[in-house]
Amino acid sequence: MKFGIMVSAGPYTHQASDTAYHFTEAALKNGHEIVRVFFYHDGVNNGTSLGVPPQDDRNITTRWSALAEKYDLDMVLCVAAAQRRGLLDEDEAKRAGKDVSNMAAGFNISGLGQLIDAGIQADRLLVFGD
Amino acid sequence: MTTLHIINKSPFEKNSLDTCLRLAKQGSAILLIEDGIYAAQKNTAVGDKLAAAAATHSLYALAPDLDARGIGKDEIIDGISLVDYDGFVQLTTQTSGVQSWL
Amino acid sequence: MAVIKKFLYVNRKAPHGSIFALESLEVVLIGAAFDQEVALAFIDDGVYQLMRNQDTSGIGTKNFSATYKALGDYDISKIYVEKESLDLRGLSKDNLMPLTWEDEDDDWAEKDSIQVVSSTELAEIIDNQDVIFNF
Repeated sequence: MKFGIMVSAGPYTHQASDTAYHFTEAALKNGHEIVRVFFYHDGVNNGTSLGVPPQDDRNITTRWSALAEKYDLDMVLCVAAAQRRGLLDEDEAKRAGKDVSNMAAGFNISGLGQLIDAGIQADRLLVFGD
Repeated sequence: MTTLHIINKSPFEKNSLDTCLRLAKQGSAILLIEDGIYAAQKNTAVGDKLAAAAATHSLYALAPDLDARGIGKDEIIDGISLVDYDGFVQLTTQTSGVQSWL
Repeated sequence: MAVIKKFLYVNRKAPHGSIFALESLEVVLIGAAFDQEVALAFIDDGVYQLMRNQDTSGIGTKNFSATYKALGDYDISKIYVEKESLDLRGLSKDNLMPLTWEDEDDDWAEKDSIQVVSSTELAEIIDNQDVIFNF
């Protein structure tokens, strides 16, 4: 079965990103396909490269990056939500005249059309949020 | 096949349980996750609602979330089945759509 | 043959106190370009998003309430508002913005987009969807 995953909450503040991660991992281990993991609202904060969580706790961002690399996942941060909250890849940063970018490995910036597309392509679309 | 309804908030924090019970068609499945699992505990003010729902819906709770919150398997209402993340995935394949009551 | 699915956008939060109402609308507007079968549902505090006379000038935030009136231009004709949610809040359809769409199959007659539905009716609608977004 094909799944689309929507993550609507940021890392740590709510459990949503953790639950989404464990669901996604279980789906992949059980042989299912993930069309896309789409991060919206504060969920875009999962994609920051600047997070320095304590060593004795899970690193939510790098955990997603590792899963994406292992399974070649398409992980998308919504461009509008990302711009609002200051998550920028190199291109976006240049365009906005900012001197830093902060997108973690495995995350890509794209439009809301990718969320709709995930809904169309997937057999099931799940929303994890606050 | 019918819908899988997911509730992730405590019934004492938000109205999501009430709204879900109002809008989950009879015969559909309801899964409690994250803080939503508190609704599964025995002897709460919402126990009667859950017990009634068990008669018309298939009720589930995500076991890792119960464990995290110190609620034992013997402390949950009759009629609620426990699943792990694999079981969660399986539930979504057995139902036709997913509705998350955030 | 392009896939056409039933998309339902579920809105349960009030406007302005959080960003969910606005960012939900942004998805709806982008989604309109994908030619799917679209409906919106307003439940619980979501019904407040449709109230008339919203004026955000005093709080300094974006007043996006006029965007709901444009939904008809995006071929969105099914806007379900749960009666029980209105009743609990002492509201009726008269408190809501008059949202309309033009039916090209009926000589472009202007029709109401908002349907106030019972919980039972809405439960049936929800159960028939392919893709459900929650904001």
